[in-house]
Amino acid sequence: MSEFLMPSLGADMESAVLMQWKVKVGDKVTKGQVIAEIETSKGVIEIEVFQDGIIEKILVEPETECRVGTPLAIIRSDEENIPVSSATAAQAQTEETPLEKAKPDRSKDTTQPQRVKASPAARKKARELGLDLADLAKTSDGEIHLSQIESAAETEFKTPSADKMRQAIASAMSLANAEIPHYYLSASINMSPALSWLEEINKNFTIKARILPAAMIIRAVVLALKEVPELNGYWQEGHHQVCKEIHPGIAIAIRKKGVITPALLGAKDMNLSRTMQALDDLIMRTRAGKLRGAELTQQSITITNLGDLGVENVYGVIYPPQVALIGLGKIIDTPWAQENKVTVQKVMKATLAGDHRATDGRTGALFLDKFNRILQNPKELL
Amino acid sequence: MNKEQIKTSIIEQIRIIAPDLEYDDIPSDENLQNALEIDSFDFLHLLNALYEQLGVQVPEADYGEVDTLNRMAAYFAKRIK
Repeated sequence: MSEFLMPSLGADMESAVLMQWKVKVGDKVTKGQVIAEIETSKGVIEIEVFQDGIIEKILVEPETECRVGTPLAIIRSDEENIPVSSATAAQAQTEETPLEKAKPDRSKDTTQPQRVKASPAARKKARELGLDLADLAKTSDGEIHLSQIESAAETEFKTPSADKMRQAIASAMSLANAEIPHYYLSASINMSPALSWLEEINKNFTIKARILPAAMIIRAVVLALKEVPELNGYWQEGHHQVCKEIHPGIAIAIRKKGVITPALLGAKDMNLSRTMQALDDLIMRTRAGKLRGAELTQQSITITNLGDLGVENVYGVIYPPQVALIGLGKIIDTPWAQENKVTVQKVMKATLAGDHRATDGRTGALFLDKFNRILQNPKELL
Repeated sequence: MNKEQIKTSIIEQIRIIAPDLEYDDIPSDENLQNALEIDSFDFLHLLNALYEQLGVQVPEADYGEVDTLNRMAAYFAKRIK
């Protein structure tokens, strides 16, 4: 018998709202299965169970805000076919009660809010926009309708969820800048060979199957990390840990809201086409607010590409406990000297930010060299 | 389908990708990706949606001819029968 707890999806997360159960009491669940949806400042996240078993009891109703670590459900492992002992049941009971108190502090200075009358569509929209129905109820008689939510959203241009996201980024980045001794290295990479190679490949593909340069570049980063694994990992409790799997966090902009860097899980085992599909899927789900818990917690390195906005050099701040960040700039037509001739080539600046506690500049230099070599010989990318 | 109707279709597809944009926010003669902050993935989705609707595939080599709303509409108008 074990408790399924509200997971922590990052050091900056204090609580989240349980939105929906995907299972019911008596359902069999397997490790890795999505069993619930929670709403955090990063959108609606699907959360997974970490064991095989049967849902014995659901402790929290949908639309309840819970602190990290709050028991949400009880799961009986497959072997335990015995009925619940009274001791366990009693324990479950006592742990169930503090739930109401687990609401965040902002409810402290207001009277316990009554459930606001609102149409289901209005409720859904308000949730999407991060508006507080209780605030709206103060200025409205009777039930709140969708049109009221929409007009409220227009006046409230900066939504609270955007603010929350800003706060989350602020705390993580302050910590990173205070604790991590960064070093920076950068290299100019001639992208012309890889881009022409990709164009040839794409000629045979329908639009749907086309591969974008962004996916090809991520694939090249992953291949280079296989050769220089020290940059892919964590600095935790004074130790450098190399991560076996490669789960690059990809910086993805969300219109008008900010940036999230979910992990492209298991990138090491993806070929080029698969990398493109998985990346496209990740971007779509990030923008739709449909990420999984693991995607927000398992990043082993960060890749940020600001090329679309015309930036040439990206000097990033490492996201702890990771030990490196790769910044990629815009691909620009540049005079390029090679074999005593100057030609115009498509050139990209790649920058590495490394944690000097975990690695030295030499490791970073090896990585950039490998990354460059792969892009000069793009067939390796398939 | 005339050029204006195609333009309307393109705008509708852009608004699926970027719902925060109003009809009038979409400029006719500016580079779409820069003006609207849509990335290469969004742009690929736009071309794919238009292919499904209008039956015309834009090869990568022609991307330079579909960079603004007007030029994109003209490109499709020429190729749809």
